Amino acid sequence: MAAKLTNAQIAWRAAQDLPDGAYVNLGIGFPEMIAKFKPEGREVIYHTENGILDFGEAPPAGEEDWDLINAGKKAVTLNPGAAFFHHADSFAMVRGGHLDIAVLGAYEVAENGDIANWSTGPGSVPAVGGAMDLVHGAKQIWVVTDHVTKKGEPKLLKRCHLPLTGVGCVTTVYTSLAVVDIRNGRFVLREKLPSMSLDELQALTEGELTVEGTVGDLIVPEV
Amino acid sequence: MNKVCQGLEEAIAGIEDGMAVMIGGFGGSGAPIELIHALVDRYRRTGSPGNLTVINNNAGNGAIGIAAMIDAGMVAKMVCSFPRSSDPRAFTEKYLAGEIGLELVPQGTLAERIRAAGAGIPAFYTPTSYGTLVAEGKPVAEFDGRMYVQERWLKADVALIKAELADRKGNLTYRKAARNFAPLMAMAARITIVQASRIVEPGGIDPEHVVTPGIFVDRLVEVANPKQEEALLREGAK
Repeated sequence: MAAKLTNAQIAWRAAQDLPDGAYVNLGIGFPEMIAKFKPEGREVIYHTENGILDFGEAPPAGEEDWDLINAGKKAVTLNPGAAFFHHADSFAMVRGGHLDIAVLGAYEVAENGDIANWSTGPGSVPAVGGAMDLVHGAKQIWVVTDHVTKKGEPKLLKRCHLPLTGVGCVTTVYTSLAVVDIRNGRFVLREKLPSMSLDELQALTEGELTVEGTVGDLIVPEV
Repeated sequence: MNKVCQGLEEAIAGIEDGMAVMIGGFGGSGAPIELIHALVDRYRRTGSPGNLTVINNNAGNGAIGIAAMIDAGMVAKMVCSFPRSSDPRAFTEKYLAGEIGLELVPQGTLAERIRAAGAGIPAFYTPTSYGTLVAEGKPVAEFDGRMYVQERWLKADVALIKAELADRKGNLTYRKAARNFAPLMAMAARITIVQASRIVEPGGIDPEHVVTPGIFVDRLVEVANPKQEEALLREGAK
C-alpha cells in the first residue's frame, strides 16, 4: 500500500480550508489538532460546548485554571474578545445554525452523509456528548479520519453499520489518502495522494468514488 | 427575605430518598464539591438520601464529587450525555454490573430539556438524534421539509449549584466556564441550593452583571475558597 498521511497531516490539510471569519467547533481529540495548522492571516473563532467562544491555546503547565476548559476537559486560555455563556446558549449556537463548521472524528461515514462516531455497539458504556447536536447544527460537517480501519477495512461506506450519530449531514471527509466531498448522496473525490491511482483508492473505499471535473493532488508538507 | 443558610447541613436539609437532583458542572468545572460531599456525608451517617436520580453532563471522575455519590451507593440512575472521564471507574463498574441506570441524552438536548422545564415548556422539537437509537420511541414531525424529534422537559426536585458571587436575594455570577448548566438547572428545580464563594449585600452585584436572577434561587450557603474537582483529582484526592 502506498504511503499515507499522518493524523497531523490530515489536520493540516483540513486547516487549509478554514475560511477567514469562520466560527468553528473542533471535536475532542484528533480534530483539536486542526487549530495548530490554521493558515496565517485568517481569523477563526473556536466554540466549545461548555460555554466559551474564542478560546486559545493551552496554558503552560502549572498555569492551568480548571474552570477554563474545553469540551475535552483540557485547560485552555482566552483570546481577546472571548465570551462565556451557559449551555442553552451554547447549543443555540449549534442547533440554530450559527456555527460555520464542526469537525468530528468517525468510525464510519456513508455516501449518503450518514455518520457513526459515538457507539461501537453493546458491551461498552455509551457516551454521545455534543456530537448528535453538532452534526445537525453546523452549516458544514467535516470528518477527519484514517481512510481505513486499523484492520484495513474501508471506513467510507455505502451505508453505516454502527449506531448512527446523524443522518445525511457530513459535507467533507479528510482522510489519510484523499479529500472527499459528499454531494447529492455521493462521494465526490476532490483530491487524492498522487502516488495512488483512482482504482487503488477505490479498492480501499466501499462507497463509489465519483469524479466531477479534475481530481487534485493531495500534497501535504511534513508537519 | 433571607435565603442564606448557616452551613452546608442546613442548605441540604429536606433532600430525601428517591429525589431527582440536578448537579451543576461540566467535568470538574462548576462542580459544587462541598454541597455534594455534605450530601454524601449525610448518607454515610444516616442512610439517606438514597435511590437518587442524578442529572449532570457526566457521571463522575475518580472517587470524589458525583463519583463519591455513586461509590456510596446513593445513586439509582444517571441522566447525562457523556458518562466517561479520565477515571470513570465508579460509574462504569456499577453500570456494567447492572447496579445503576443510565439515560443517555445528547448534550444540547439535555441543556434544552432542562431549560424547557425552567421555562414551563413541556416539549419541543429538535433535529438532534433524528434517525438514531436515541430517538427510538419518540414522536417525530416534519417542519419546513426537515424531520425533528420531540423531546420533553426535564425537571428536578433539587439543584445543587456552585456560584462565584451571590447576594442575599439570590442573584448570582459564575466563574469563567464554570457556569455551564447551572443557570438552566437553577430554573428547572423545585429547590435550588447554591454554594457561593462570597455572599454580599444586595447591591453588591451590578444588575448588569447578574447571570442568574435571584427568583430562581432558594437557598444560599457561603463556601469561601471552594475546592475545584479537577484540581483535587490532580492532587490525587481519594
